[in-house]
Amino acid sequence: MENIQSARPLPTSRAARSLKRMRRYPATMIGFAIVGIFILMALIGPLIAPYKFSDQDLVNKLQPASSEHWFGTDQFGRDIFSRILTGSRDVFTIAGSGTLLAVLMGLTLGMLSGYLGGAVDETIMRFMDVLLSIPPLLLAMIILGTVGPSRLNIVLVVSFLYIPMVSRVVRSVVLDLKTREFIEAAKMRGENNGYILFREILPNVLPPLAVEASMRFSYSIFLVASLGFLGLGVQPPSPDWGMMVSEARTWFNLAPWILLYPAGTIAFLVVGVAFMSDGLRRMLLPGGVSG
Amino acid sequence: MTTENKPTVLEVKNLWVTYATENGPLDTVRNISMKIRRGEIYGLVGESGSGKTTLARALVRYLPSNGSITKGTITLGETDLLALSPREMRKVWGARVTMVHQDPSKAINPSIPVGEQIAEVARVHLGMSRAQARHKALEMLEKVQLPDPESVAGRYAHQLSGGMLQRILIATALTTNPQFLIMDEPTTALDVTTEAVILDLVRDLLHEYQTAVLYITHNLGVVARICDRVGVMYAGEMMEEGSIQQVFKQELHPYTLGLLGCVPRIDMCKLDIDLHTIPGFIPRPNALPHGCIFAPRCAIAEEACRQERPPLVEVAEGHLSACRRWAEVADNMQKIVPLEKDREEVDQQDVPLLLDARNIEKQFKLRRQGLSNLFSWKPDVVRAVDNMSIRVRKGATMGIVGESGCGKTTFARCIAGFEEATSGDIFLEGEALPRSIAQRSKSTLKKIQLVFQNPDASLNPQHPVGVSVGRPLALLGNVLQSEIDQRVRELFEAVNLPADYVNRLPHELSGGEKQRVAIARAFAANPDLMILDEPISSLDVSVQASLMNLLAELQKAKGTSYLFISHDLAAVRHLSDWIAVVYLGRVWEIGSAEDVFAPPYHPYTEALLSAIPLPDPAIHQERIRLHGSVPSAVNIPSGCRFHTRCPRKIGTICETEDPPWQNVNRFHSICCHIPLEQLTAMQVPVASETGKEQP
Repeated sequence: MENIQSARPLPTSRAARSLKRMRRYPATMIGFAIVGIFILMALIGPLIAPYKFSDQDLVNKLQPASSEHWFGTDQFGRDIFSRILTGSRDVFTIAGSGTLLAVLMGLTLGMLSGYLGGAVDETIMRFMDVLLSIPPLLLAMIILGTVGPSRLNIVLVVSFLYIPMVSRVVRSVVLDLKTREFIEAAKMRGENNGYILFREILPNVLPPLAVEASMRFSYSIFLVASLGFLGLGVQPPSPDWGMMVSEARTWFNLAPWILLYPAGTIAFLVVGVAFMSDGLRRMLLPGGVSG
Repeated sequence: MTTENKPTVLEVKNLWVTYATENGPLDTVRNISMKIRRGEIYGLVGESGSGKTTLARALVRYLPSNGSITKGTITLGETDLLALSPREMRKVWGARVTMVHQDPSKAINPSIPVGEQIAEVARVHLGMSRAQARHKALEMLEKVQLPDPESVAGRYAHQLSGGMLQRILIATALTTNPQFLIMDEPTTALDVTTEAVILDLVRDLLHEYQTAVLYITHNLGVVARICDRVGVMYAGEMMEEGSIQQVFKQELHPYTLGLLGCVPRIDMCKLDIDLHTIPGFIPRPNALPHGCIFAPRCAIAEEACRQERPPLVEVAEGHLSACRRWAEVADNMQKIVPLEKDREEVDQQDVPLLLDARNIEKQFKLRRQGLSNLFSWKPDVVRAVDNMSIRVRKGATMGIVGESGCGKTTFARCIAGFEEATSGDIFLEGEALPRSIAQRSKSTLKKIQLVFQNPDASLNPQHPVGVSVGRPLALLGNVLQSEIDQRVRELFEAVNLPADYVNRLPHELSGGEKQRVAIARAFAANPDLMILDEPISSLDVSVQASLMNLLAELQKAKGTSYLFISHDLAAVRHLSDWIAVVYLGRVWEIGSAEDVFAPPYHPYTEALLSAIPLPDPAIHQERIRLHGSVPSAVNIPSGCRFHTRCPRKIGTICETEDPPWQNVNRFHSICCHIPLEQLTAMQVPVASETGKEQP
């Protein structure tokens, strides 16, 4: 028998190659940077805010940007920069935990649906179809209009709306994985369903799930802002970005910046998250994966 | 059929192709010179990664955007191709130069009828009117011997079989009567019987059209069958070049000799010979060894070989070799390829049975498509496996051969329990085995293990390979982690993988290495029966050879029985002690490997054997061809199922009556209406001891 190979050199580690791949796409780096800045802002923002978000200064209302008020002041003379800083916490906690909940629920339902198949799959997926058939914002308005817009309710609504999307992605990945031969090999050596689901399938679902989660996060930010704009978001006096945009409409002619700063912030974050999720896709799913 | 005096169509001088990559430029093809004459088929062979496809694309300036020709000249007829503008080049493509790709199902647009695709070429390049072009398309379809061209022309790709699609690609490529045609592994994706028919067609057509052809393949048998000249490429350079007769008669490069030694011979098996293997890997273009690029893998390399890179020199008229020791290659044959072993006769015949599968049937219910669903509540039934009985003896290999769609994989899946057999009994060591995997106990599950065809899909991409191999051991329970690690190391050693591979992820391994891991994993459970479902067919010849040696060696050491499924008859012949020939869900001939490969054969076996491309142009093979494809298992022909394609059909009896089983000897039986004496009288051995046809 021949003495096979003088051990080929091990290719560089996974992380190193992912980083290398990422460096080729500047948009990805920018995306990660933007999201990083916003996370930092949510963590320490309220501590470093120059003013308290609710401090009114009616003398200096509707001021344009200046060295004292970086983003200017609103109709009550409140510092817009401080309000945006403080509001970022709500954005991250509400959109973030809504997404997290949607991902967890979607993962569970998608795995069950894809792996068990048959009647379970039909039941879960038809229910998801019903949810998908109603326009999301309308559904959110109906629910929040009925139960009232508390923070917890908004989180629940966000997750409720995004469970179908996540579970569909997970299900399609599981369906693909289920027919792969390594799953058959596992059955052949007598593994139980638990091992197959959690040790063989789950690790392979995580990369596409991470990409989907980051995309859902950017949509959640949007949704939370939209709800705020419609008055169904976090209630005053909390500085909600969507609500800030909504209130500023009246003053747009006089002081456009009180609308543009929060709107720009929302756009900036959403674009950042979108870049990041695109980068995650390139890093985690080279060559693409069904789903 | 000499082409020596014909005018040169394509001439390449000192061609270099470079790819721009992240790690700097890579010289993928280096210093290649070649000539292809009118009407000549030039075979280009080499392992994957040797630059064959890159060279072919460079010849017609069809490189991807990061590839470029850095040195050399290419002349097509009188035209200097490198001087043409991209716009002028577009007129060359499709008209003067055409290409036939490996996978016909991807090369044909699924939403345009095939006839229209040929007509389009005629309109664009020959300036024909719609009516003329349509007429031309039909004429071409007839040329490639498609039955009923009118109806074929109106069909879409999904309505045609792989063999028919490949003919359509050939028809498309020849429509403009090109000067130069590139065929890139055109038959690799096809069954051996279809391949034989297509090869005949290609040879006949090309000699009629007098096209110059570059034929890329990794199959030396195909080269021997249809090519006039052959070039052997290795890591981007030409190692040996010459006419078929020259190269196959007297190899002047150890690499050529090595490649030939990798191919299993149909007159020998694992008891007679170990297959040759080429150790190591093909070097990357940025890590070429100093001196001869083949030296690190060469059995006769000496110090001088590692000092200086030998040039390609003309050794005899038209026969070139890049080995400095070309004169000694033939004398050193023994060093390069292994000799025959002294055969250890094992009396297989009275070894006890391990697996006894009786009358296995598997039917799938097919949901009708479309409207007919509304009018009929009776589903179509696919009888994938229809009454198959197969026995495997302890420590022996049972090979199952047949074309794709004959039910061999379904049968294996029934044995493994993935598919629950509709009826039939499976006994393992005399004990009845439940048909479904869910009902089998853990201890019986362990006794049957499987190695799959596709090594990429059979390992979990997220698990380090050591974990995959160790898992069956961990499942036994009550085993210490240190013991598992120890066993995994032993298994890795047994399959010739370095121990430090245990922490690698599957994507960090080559295809052959992955398959070794899959074999190690299957052996970890210490099974009695291994089902090998085409375990080598997706790999390179040299890798195939080393895996076959490994399987034979492990079987000898562990006494495991194999159920080896393959469409590659030479591989089956090499590894198997017993062979069953399967067609449309049933066994038609069964016996010891030697008996099955010698007359009398079942006419189907005879056709399969005659289709094998043998890597020796001196052997004359009987030309028995099967036309059409395997009939659908929904409408199985009456009487003998093979009668629709049988070249030896004797009359209506074949259509109406089930043929009887005739026993040639105690273990060899044939299911056919033709009496055995008559079969023996009609048939000639495929390859006898000397490798030549007997008078």
